Amino acid sequence: MSQIGSFALLLALGLSAYSFLAGLLALFSKDAASARLGETARRAGIATFAAVLLAAIVLVVSAFSDDFSIAYIFHHSNRDLPPAYKFAVLWSGQEGSLLFWSLLLAGYGFVLRLRYKTDQQLFAHASVVIAAVQVFFLLILNFAAHPFGVIQGPLPQDGTGLNPLLQYPEMVIHPPMLYLGYVGFTVPFAFALGALIMKYPGEKWIHITRRWTMVTWCFLTVGVFLGAHWAYAVLGWGGYWGWDPVENASLMPWLTGTAFLHSVMMQEKRGMLKVWNMALIFATFLLSMVGTFLTRSGVISSVHAFAQSSIGSWFLVFIALTLAVCTYFLALNRSHLKSEHKLEALVSRESSFLFNNLLLLTLCFTILWGTFFPILSEFVQGHKVTVGPPFFNRVAIPVALLLLLLTAIGPLLAWRKTSLESLKRNFLYPAIGALSIGGMMILFGVRPWEDPSYFYATMAAVLSALVMFTVISEFLRGGRVIAGKTRQSLFSAMLQLCHRNTRRYGGYIVHFGVALVVIGILGTPFNKEVEKEMGFGDKISIGPYTLVCQSYTQDDNPNYGNEWAIINVFRGGKQITTMYPERRFYKASQQPQTLPRIYPSFREDLFLVTDVYLVYEGKNETTGRPIIKAHLNPLVPWIWIGLIIMVFGTIVALVPNAVAVQVAATTPVRAPAHVGAGD
Amino acid sequence: MTALAVEGRGAKTQAKKPARQALHALILTTTVFLFMGAGDDSARFKDLGHRMMCACGCSQILLECNHVGCTYSDKMRDQLQAALDKGNNDDLILQGFVQDYGPTVIAAPTATGFNRVAWIMPFAGLAFGITLVVYVVRSWKNRPTPALADGITIRRGSELDEFLRKARKETDL
Repeated sequence: MSQIGSFALLLALGLSAYSFLAGLLALFSKDAASARLGETARRAGIATFAAVLLAAIVLVVSAFSDDFSIAYIFHHSNRDLPPAYKFAVLWSGQEGSLLFWSLLLAGYGFVLRLRYKTDQQLFAHASVVIAAVQVFFLLILNFAAHPFGVIQGPLPQDGTGLNPLLQYPEMVIHPPMLYLGYVGFTVPFAFALGALIMKYPGEKWIHITRRWTMVTWCFLTVGVFLGAHWAYAVLGWGGYWGWDPVENASLMPWLTGTAFLHSVMMQEKRGMLKVWNMALIFATFLLSMVGTFLTRSGVISSVHAFAQSSIGSWFLVFIALTLAVCTYFLALNRSHLKSEHKLEALVSRESSFLFNNLLLLTLCFTILWGTFFPILSEFVQGHKVTVGPPFFNRVAIPVALLLLLLTAIGPLLAWRKTSLESLKRNFLYPAIGALSIGGMMILFGVRPWEDPSYFYATMAAVLSALVMFTVISEFLRGGRVIAGKTRQSLFSAMLQLCHRNTRRYGGYIVHFGVALVVIGILGTPFNKEVEKEMGFGDKISIGPYTLVCQSYTQDDNPNYGNEWAIINVFRGGKQITTMYPERRFYKASQQPQTLPRIYPSFREDLFLVTDVYLVYEGKNETTGRPIIKAHLNPLVPWIWIGLIIMVFGTIVALVPNAVAVQVAATTPVRAPAHVGAGD
Repeated sequence: MTALAVEGRGAKTQAKKPARQALHALILTTTVFLFMGAGDDSARFKDLGHRMMCACGCSQILLECNHVGCTYSDKMRDQLQAALDKGNNDDLILQGFVQDYGPTVIAAPTATGFNRVAWIMPFAGLAFGITLVVYVVRSWKNRPTPALADGITIRRGSELDEFLRKARKETDL
């Protein structure tokens, strides 16, 4: 099996190298044969996908057939590993995940090369750029991180097993989502670089890549949030974001990608920010690479990082080379990217996008700076310092709050110029609503002047409410206009409104989801926790809940042995659920793992929903009784609901616009109103 | 005409004053909240415990470490409580931990020496960005408008505002 895999990888490298070189020759030669050469390059690119797919299939089949002669399978699987995790072995370790990276890239390239007729010249350029990235990954796979390396000496009977932290259902879906996001940004990057090299006229490359970018952004968003949920549900510390370098690495391209999605509208609508958009998409791709470098080089310690290896230097060279190529072409063809319009007023949609980009990039820079500062400190001072949550919270939260304010105001601003009168008119009711939320928080006992975290929580609540109210008011205003003209219900009018300009209203829905996520986060300062050794019938009181230990027991299966407690949860004297916090001991890897249990109180609290979060920490060796840590995490479920709404909003934005309905005029006075015509 | 213009400008300046005062008040309040300290011992325990990392290598804040079988966190918490009971001030306590566990035990760079750069750079970056945006906006606004073909006039100023007002009224947007 390993030989088939190795051959497939070598073949893929040959094909992608041919696709790159032949494609490059075809682009720059003017003779008649260049078209045929370009076509062979395209086909070689398609064939690369087949070869990489074969290598990935071989690796997965090796995992399922327990082929421990392959070192990668030996280190990441074992006979009793459940099938889903055997499949996930493909992305569980360094070499496999690089193969998965390469497979996704080849898949994206495959789709791109099939759709080449949209614009043959531009697609040919993009295809060459993708082939170049593909060659890089296949070089690493063949010469630095080979997934089909074989074990020397006697054949082992069983593998060492998968890291227990990774044996959780989300492990099957979180990395693919994240990788689809990371890798996906290669496509808009390839189009942007291609368009820059060929001095592509107009903004068509942006129209072509718009959906790619949005889909990629959506995958990355889901990946980042699933990572947060995985940390919450598996690591057992009661939190979902620890500003770990690898978490930061996934957030940075997300931030620049988000900035790109906003600023690209200025190029589409007004022919502005052309250089900036190029720079943003280049930065997004490079930051994806930096993230991959961070997890694999071992330069920064992280709970997520793969084993330390030599491939970090490969990535450094590739990042430097890409940066040089991008900078060279950006400098060379800068005159091609001149803005077509000027800014007419400071209070306008254009300037709101500028400030939105500024804040997103400041956040990105802060995170990049904080992540790499320990290395810089070691270089300058001779010792590392820790840059942990206190730094990021203090620096990033104020910027994030400003961004939230802009998210609320931005959609109310018109392109070119906004009159203060209309801004006041549109902003008044949402502002009153938001301020009343702040007032209610103070009324219910939150004292923002007592603690900075309460201050931030109050600000975040007010600003989230502001975002939500402005989104609702936008839907209501547009819906009312359509309902008035077409005599349909307000709800169906709002649906029609949304369908007329899916991108705009889909974007609003995404903003609404973001506000919900912020609401979920702002509960953090109000978290509570209690730790207690619990015998039969022992109680813990936390918030409005009483936890009673009904029993504790243990079990065993071929993969792991486990202990768990049976905890009845009461509220107001009534039992509402039973929870089973658990601790496992995996046999193959000889490692323990806690599995917290979470109960979100949707049935009891509609809006102020709280997670009851129980961790089985182990047994007291003297008494033999379990130690239970109970957390009460208010509002956290809104984070996951917010994510669902963000994804829904992105899907809405991807739907093609309906043609605006022409309203039959009863009196021959006015032209029909086209509502929702601008983004 | 001139008097009217001057009066208008004066009124504008006066109208800006409350906005500026409100901005100053907001900045002041934010600063006060940012640098507000904790008072009693349990609050100090919570505060200091959140300013240090657990030394076991789990990359978690001391008071949030629940690393199974962690041999450090309980010991470090006890050490922190003992230092508080002794009446040591925050700096002394943190210095003690640095001596015992190395500089990486502090969860964020201190505001001394080269570490100050860590705190300054994000805000310097923001300030630079704002300057850049203001410069870009100004240069865009001052850019000459392209000449139009004969016979085409673009409505500007109050005339354009009137058109916008009518459009908004008709679409209620």
